[in-house]
Amino acid sequence: MSNIFKKGYRYKIVIHLFFILMCLTFVVPMILVISISFSSEASVTAVGAGYSLIPKEFSLEAYQLAFANPKTVTYGYIVTISQSFLGTFLSCIVMGMVAYPLSRSNFAYKGVITFIVFFTMLFGGGMIPTYIVYTQFYGLRDNFLVYILPGLAGGAYYTLIVRTFFKGLPESLFESAKIDGARELTIFFRIAVPLSKPVFATVAFMMLVAKWNDFQTSMIYITNQNLYTLQYLLQRILNEAQYLNGLMSNPIPGVDVSQFKQPAETLRYAMCVIAAGPMLLIFPFFQKYFATGLTIGAVKG
Amino acid sequence: MSQMKMSSSKPKKVKIKTSQKGPWKTFKSNWELLLLCMPAVICYILFNYVPMGGLVLAFKNFRYDLGLFGSPWAGMANFDFLFKSVDLVRIVRNTVGYSACFIVVNLIANVGVALLLFEVTNRKALKAYQTMMTLPNFLSWVIVGFITYAIFNPSLGVLNQVREAMGKEMIDVYAEPSYWPFILVFVNTWKGVGMGCIMYYAALIGIDPALFEAAKIDGANRWQQTLHISLPSLVPLMTIMTIMAVGNMFRGDFGLFYQIPRNVGVLYPTTDVIDTYVYRGLQQGNFGMSSAVGLVQSVVGLVLVSATNFAVKKISPENSMF
Repeated sequence: MSNIFKKGYRYKIVIHLFFILMCLTFVVPMILVISISFSSEASVTAVGAGYSLIPKEFSLEAYQLAFANPKTVTYGYIVTISQSFLGTFLSCIVMGMVAYPLSRSNFAYKGVITFIVFFTMLFGGGMIPTYIVYTQFYGLRDNFLVYILPGLAGGAYYTLIVRTFFKGLPESLFESAKIDGARELTIFFRIAVPLSKPVFATVAFMMLVAKWNDFQTSMIYITNQNLYTLQYLLQRILNEAQYLNGLMSNPIPGVDVSQFKQPAETLRYAMCVIAAGPMLLIFPFFQKYFATGLTIGAVKG
Repeated sequence: MSQMKMSSSKPKKVKIKTSQKGPWKTFKSNWELLLLCMPAVICYILFNYVPMGGLVLAFKNFRYDLGLFGSPWAGMANFDFLFKSVDLVRIVRNTVGYSACFIVVNLIANVGVALLLFEVTNRKALKAYQTMMTLPNFLSWVIVGFITYAIFNPSLGVLNQVREAMGKEMIDVYAEPSYWPFILVFVNTWKGVGMGCIMYYAALIGIDPALFEAAKIDGANRWQQTLHISLPSLVPLMTIMTIMAVGNMFRGDFGLFYQIPRNVGVLYPTTDVIDTYVYRGLQQGNFGMSSAVGLVQSVVGLVLVSATNFAVKKISPENSMF
C-alpha cells in the first residue's frame, strides 16, 4: 500500500479519482429515480421540497397504485417481452442464413445479394413513405407483426458482423465436409452455426437491447393501448398528465381516492423503475459479449 | 521454375471452366446457398425497397381517401414550399450543427476515456468502471428523458433545489432554448461514452508491449509514452470513426432529440432536427412536405455515406463497408 503514495503512482490516484467521479454521474441519476419512486407523494410535492437522493419519507404508495391497476403494465410487459425475444430469435435465424453464403468465396451470386443487403444501409424510404406503404399495403397499423416483420432480416450492420465472423472460420472445414458428401445446408446448420455461437450471442444481445428499448414503432404504428411497448407507455406517462390520470381512474379497491393526493410524480418514477429494472439486472451478465461484438464488427469491418 | 509455371497456369484453367458454365449450371451448383439467402432477400425487398417507391409521395398531394397511387401529382410544389420555409434552415442547421458537435466531443471523450482506462491496471477497478460506464447505453431514451426531467423539472428538479440552496433564482430549462445545445451534447456523450471508448481501448490493448518497454528504457515517463505511442497508434481508428460519422451527419438521433427536450414547442429553435420535424409532419398529416424533407435527407445521406466510404477505402480498405 505504501508504494501507492510514491511519486510515480500519484497520477494513478488522479486517474482513479476521475473515474470514480465519472461513475458517480452514471450511478447517482439512477439512485435519484429509484429514490423518487419510493418516496411518499406528499414529501416530494410539498412546498420547498422536491426530488431528493434519499427518500425523505419512505413509501410504497406509488408501487401499490402501479400494481393496483396492473392491466396496462402487464400488457406492456407481454408485448415488450414477446416482441423483443421472438423478434430477436427470428432475426438471428434469417440473418445467419444470409450472412453465411455472403461469407463463402465460391458463392456465385455474392455480388448481387451483398448489394441488396448493404444498399439498405445507404438509402431508405424514410419515415413517411415507409409508414404509408406499411399501413396501406401491408396492414401493419395496430398489428403486433409490425414489431417483428420489418426487422426480420436483422439489418445490414449485424449481417456484416456475422459475415465477418463466418469468414474467419477455416475454409478447409467446409471443403472437407463437402468431400465427405455433405450438402451446403447441412454444412451451414451442422458446422457453421454451432461454431458461431459467440457471435450469435453478441448480435442477439445487441438486438434484444435495441428491441427492448424501442418506443418509436409503437409511436408511429400503434394506437391500441394494449399493444404499446413498455417504453412507449412510459413516454406517455411522463409527458401526458391526462394519460397518467387515466391509469389512476381505477385506484386501490376500498380506498377513497379523495383522501390522499394522487401520487402523480412518484407513480411516474415507479413506472420507470418497473420498466427499466429487468434490463439493468440482466445486462451486466452479457456486457462482455457486447464489447466483443463491437470490436469484431467495427474494427475488421 | 516449373512450379511457378504450374501455379500460373492453374488460375487460367479455372477461368475457362467458369466461363463455360451456363447460367443454369451456375444456379444448380449454388441453389442451396441461394435458398439460404431468400428469406432475408424477400424481407429486404418488402420492407426496405418497396417503401423506397413510396418516395413518390414527395411529388404528390397526398390524400388518405385516394391512397398512394390515386392522390394527385403536385409536381415540385412540396419542394418549393419547403425551400421557401424558415423551418428548413432551422432543422438543417440543427441537424448538421449537432452532428458536428457530437463528432468532435465524442472523439475527444472516447479517446480520452480510453487512454485513461488504459492506465488503470487494477482488474477489479477496471471491470467496475467499465460496467458503470456502459450502464446508460442499456437505458432507452425514454428513461434518459425521465432522468433529465428529474434534474431539470422547474419546481421539483434537483437543479433548482441546488440553485435555491446557493441563493440563486430558479430557472425553467424547458422554457429556455439557449441551454439546450449544452444539455443535448452532454446527455449524448453521457449515454455513449462507455460504448464509444471500448473500440479505442481494444486498440490500445493490441499495442505491442515491447514498444512501451523500449520507451521506458529510454527514459520516457507515462505521459510521454501516451503522447508518443498510445495516441499515434489510435490515429487510424480515429480517422475511420470520424469519417464514418461524417457520413451520418444528415441524420439526427430521433430518440435524443425527441425524448430529452420532451417535444416542447418553445425549444424547437435549438432542438428541432430533420427527424423530429418529419415525425411531426406524420402526426399532423402533413405528408407532402415531410416526405420532401425525407427525400432530401435520404439523398444527401446517400451522397455523404458513399463519399466517406470512398475516403475510407482510400485510407484503409479493410475498414470500408463496401
